[in-house]
Amino acid sequence: MQNMQRGQAARHAEFDIVNLIDAVPHGVMLLDHRRRVITLNRFLEALIGYSRDDVAGVKGEYVIRASLKMEDAAVAKILASEENVSVEGDIISQNRRRTPVRFNVSPLKTVTGDTHGSILVLEDISLLKDLGNKVHGFSGQEKIIGHSLKMQEIFELIPIAARTDTTVLVTGETGTGKDLVAEAIHRASKRTRHPFIKVNCGALPESLLESELFGHVRGAFTGADKDKPGMFRLANGGTIFLTEIGDLPLSLQVKLLTVLDDKEFFPVGGSKKEKVDVRIVAATHRNLGERVRAGMFREDLYYRLNVLRIHIPPLRERADDIRLLLDHFLVAFKKNLNKNIIGFSDETMQMLSNYAFPGNVRELRNIVEYAVNICPGGTVLPEHLPGLMTAVPQESFHSRPNLPPRNGGNGLSGAEWPAVPSRGGWGTMERAMILEALAKTGGNRSRAAETLGWSRSKLWRKIKQHRLE
Amino acid sequence: MKILIAIQGDDIAPRFDLTHEALIAHAEGGKLLEEPRIILLPGSSGEELCGHIIKENMSHVVCGGIEDVHFQYLSWKKITVIDGVIGPYHQALDDLVHDRLNPWSVLPGAVQQ
Repeated sequence: MQNMQRGQAARHAEFDIVNLIDAVPHGVMLLDHRRRVITLNRFLEALIGYSRDDVAGVKGEYVIRASLKMEDAAVAKILASEENVSVEGDIISQNRRRTPVRFNVSPLKTVTGDTHGSILVLEDISLLKDLGNKVHGFSGQEKIIGHSLKMQEIFELIPIAARTDTTVLVTGETGTGKDLVAEAIHRASKRTRHPFIKVNCGALPESLLESELFGHVRGAFTGADKDKPGMFRLANGGTIFLTEIGDLPLSLQVKLLTVLDDKEFFPVGGSKKEKVDVRIVAATHRNLGERVRAGMFREDLYYRLNVLRIHIPPLRERADDIRLLLDHFLVAFKKNLNKNIIGFSDETMQMLSNYAFPGNVRELRNIVEYAVNICPGGTVLPEHLPGLMTAVPQESFHSRPNLPPRNGGNGLSGAEWPAVPSRGGWGTMERAMILEALAKTGGNRSRAAETLGWSRSKLWRKIKQHRLE
Repeated sequence: MKILIAIQGDDIAPRFDLTHEALIAHAEGGKLLEEPRIILLPGSSGEELCGHIIKENMSHVVCGGIEDVHFQYLSWKKITVIDGVIGPYHQALDDLVHDRLNPWSVLPGAVQQ
């Protein structure tokens, strides 16, 4: 009763609005219905360099110097709407810095519900942006690196995939960076402010995985002493990344299909359906087509997942990126380990260039990390490379039977990966690629070069190098 | 002095890099030598506007927010940049011609009744 009385008293109290907004750790601006400044808080004063007394009555857009023009129809619509809206942009700060901010606009309402303008909260997101751009190299947040034609195709596909809510299937060998692509899609999508939840479908036994994905209710099984929300529930509004989807047990494939179709599911032991708004990105290193033929993967789920496919090529198919990646990881690790290393010796470079990297970028990164640890300083010599790299014959990798075949075409593909000869080192692989390209184009070198993503002169040089004349 | 004011409608544009219009004036001894003219810029770009300012031998630039890179470049080219100004451009021009315009000024005309 006392609490109720206190609550009523608080509702009727006249708060000092300026003190109230001063306590907010973001820029806050109150605008009237003509979008003129009523007041702003200290944080915003410091950010933009004007005092609230100076700019009272001035058009808000002149004060914040935002990249969004409030006269624009879209922004006017946002301000006029009765809903809370959040958009990203930038402002020019007091120190003449272009500062990325998130504009959160909400209607300014009285207790009776009348709208008297809007409240604009400017959240400085420059730190977040910096973090996003920084190369961590160790946290999985690194940017995707590559300047080869195949990677460029993937960079073009990511924003396309991000624009829709369509299910994306990311395929590629182990260590190619499927997780990074999935995360990049989420970060570039409108769901970026919501969770990105990763579930490894191959890491848990079937019974646990079902509970992990869909949650359970109290008493569903021994030890279930309380309700547990599953990953689908936790990812609501965001993206769920199902990695190693090829290893998902058949019984759960049916349930996943239901979620994909209806966006709803029953938690384990539950009788009430849960509805979720989740975007699904799946990934696998397995050839799902083959698994469908072997009866290990449901055909309907395969087609449902395979709407938008991004195939990440293995490192040996984008040899142009090896040098770039080596340099990138060398810089990152030598900084992290505080080592004075200049670079790789010519002999080391030669060895690394001829290596097939069966573990792809992950293996390359580990090799560089090992070398930086072992190398006392100066240049990285062959003896600083892991012994395993030189000890294991290349054939041992290429003859591995369970590797998915490679994609010889675009990153986005609905087709199966065509097999190409894979025995031997990179040189053999390159030779086979050239022959394949020439065969496909009927010996037309210009078209073959285009297929390979090379210049005509590079193809000519390679033909000479491999004595294919 | 040759003056360029980045404008938006009747006011000084809030962003130098996003401005689509500019007012150009020529003044000496507290008087305008000719009728100021308004030019439409082909696109909004801080770099292009800087290039235009240099090409037209401007001595003074008046604008709202300007990025430091553009500010430093223009200052290095010996151009006086008066930034952070809010208000109607004709008031800013008048104040500048009479040598009383300061950076970060909120001109009386900026406050709407």
